[in-house]
Amino acid sequence: MTSRETFDRLAEKFPSFELAYVEGKDPAILVKADNLVELAQHLRDEEGYDYCSSITGVDYPDRFEVVYHLYSMKKEGGPVILKVHASREEPEVPSVVSLWPGADWQEREVWDLMGIRFSDHPNLKRVLMWEGFQGHPLRKDFPGTQDEYTFS
Amino acid sequence: MATTLKTENVTINMGPHHPSTHGVFRMILTLDGETIVDLEPIVGYLHRNHEKIGEQNNWIQNTPFTDRLDYISPMSNEFAYVLAVEKLAEIEPPERAKYIRIIMVELNRVINHMVAVGFLLNELGCFFTPMFYALRWRETLMDLYEMVAGSRMMPNYFWIGGVAGDLPEEFLPMCNEFVAALPGFIDELERLLTENEIVQMRCRDVGILPPDVATAYGCTGPLLRASGVPYDVRKAEPYSIYDRFDFDIVMGTVGDVYDRYLVRIAEMRQSVRIVEQALRDLPEGETATPRKKGKFRPPEGDVYHRIEAPKGELGFYLVSDGSENPYRYKIRSPSFVNLQAMSYMCKGRKVADVVIILGSVDITLGEVDR
Repeated sequence: MTSRETFDRLAEKFPSFELAYVEGKDPAILVKADNLVELAQHLRDEEGYDYCSSITGVDYPDRFEVVYHLYSMKKEGGPVILKVHASREEPEVPSVVSLWPGADWQEREVWDLMGIRFSDHPNLKRVLMWEGFQGHPLRKDFPGTQDEYTFS
Repeated sequence: MATTLKTENVTINMGPHHPSTHGVFRMILTLDGETIVDLEPIVGYLHRNHEKIGEQNNWIQNTPFTDRLDYISPMSNEFAYVLAVEKLAEIEPPERAKYIRIIMVELNRVINHMVAVGFLLNELGCFFTPMFYALRWRETLMDLYEMVAGSRMMPNYFWIGGVAGDLPEEFLPMCNEFVAALPGFIDELERLLTENEIVQMRCRDVGILPPDVATAYGCTGPLLRASGVPYDVRKAEPYSIYDRFDFDIVMGTVGDVYDRYLVRIAEMRQSVRIVEQALRDLPEGETATPRKKGKFRPPEGDVYHRIEAPKGELGFYLVSDGSENPYRYKIRSPSFVNLQAMSYMCKGRKVADVVIILGSVDITLGEVDR
């Protein structure tokens, strides 16, 4: 859980990023896509969050959201959660593979199933569905049952 | 006259149907002679869009559905899911249920590591003798599962807010007997394997994963700890009641296949310690929170909950919109993330090593492909 102190510290350090605190059961930091890599690099190098646990894409009615759960293997405690919004038309978020090589497949999975592009990803192709498959199954507008969808 | 032999790299395909790949998993190997120059894992053959189906199920239907992820350790999958939902809906299960859950998931760790060690030996060419040694004891554990849940592999025993039923009368004596006998069995397995010359020669210094690389790739579980990183979610961010038990994090030093084998053996012993303590402290009382009328609808919000599953960190990211179905149901599976380190570990090794390195990562394709 991103604590309020973590947020305040980061907001003070990067005033130009216009970070926002997202309340909730697991509070998160909302960051603009352009600033994501710089913030993530700061968290990894300066604050010890060396482990990117999970990258998730979520399809909300008005936007796409990518959620990052960052932990530290050196110190105990909960994660720093970063959230990035992407537009519905051309969803694109910068890749963090340069920081965490382990983000590679997770970003490919988000692209594959949710259709969010990751710019500067070294090998952005489908990972679970086959090459040549049309569409992104986890999107809410993708048919969910066999009756609605026929394989071609 | 010295001549240099002109050779070209050869690209070959390994899998998807290959006895060593634990399911349908394919690798594209680029070889120089018999040395691996590059390895590209191809996954997705078992993909069934688990997460999409999970969004169409209601919250309660997803509990048995998680059994199908890592079918070697169903109890752990359920544990991660129900803890995430309980965090979302702010439900506190009764004390007795918490202890029963710990007993189940730690027995599950023993099951998983036995299968992992058994298959690893299979892949070394010691065909099915150690496997059956290990499976014999897994069978006893499966009997315990059958006793409490009625099913061996798909128990559906954990419920949101508790467990499905109290332990049957004959469970505790049998479990105590098992826990008392298990260290002896692990000794027996170790006498057979640990000092074995072939095991040593094939496993030592093979597939080395340095700690910094393991962290960067996001590896977790025995794979990470064998590399010498003392990271265990049970200690780093204690969930449920793990802070009440006394156990150690097991670590390797070299990070090779042999260390991963040793870590799994030692983790089984630690799991026995935890089960012993849980059996000793098991309180009397209810095993589930009272059922409420109407459909189960957690409040709006999103949570991430992770546990130390036998294969590594298993996390569920759940988003609720207040309805009876999850809005988003995402699984961070340890096998999927750990598999990324395959290519690093195999480069420069021989083709035969690929098989045992894959065995030492310990994957289940049901969880990789989802």
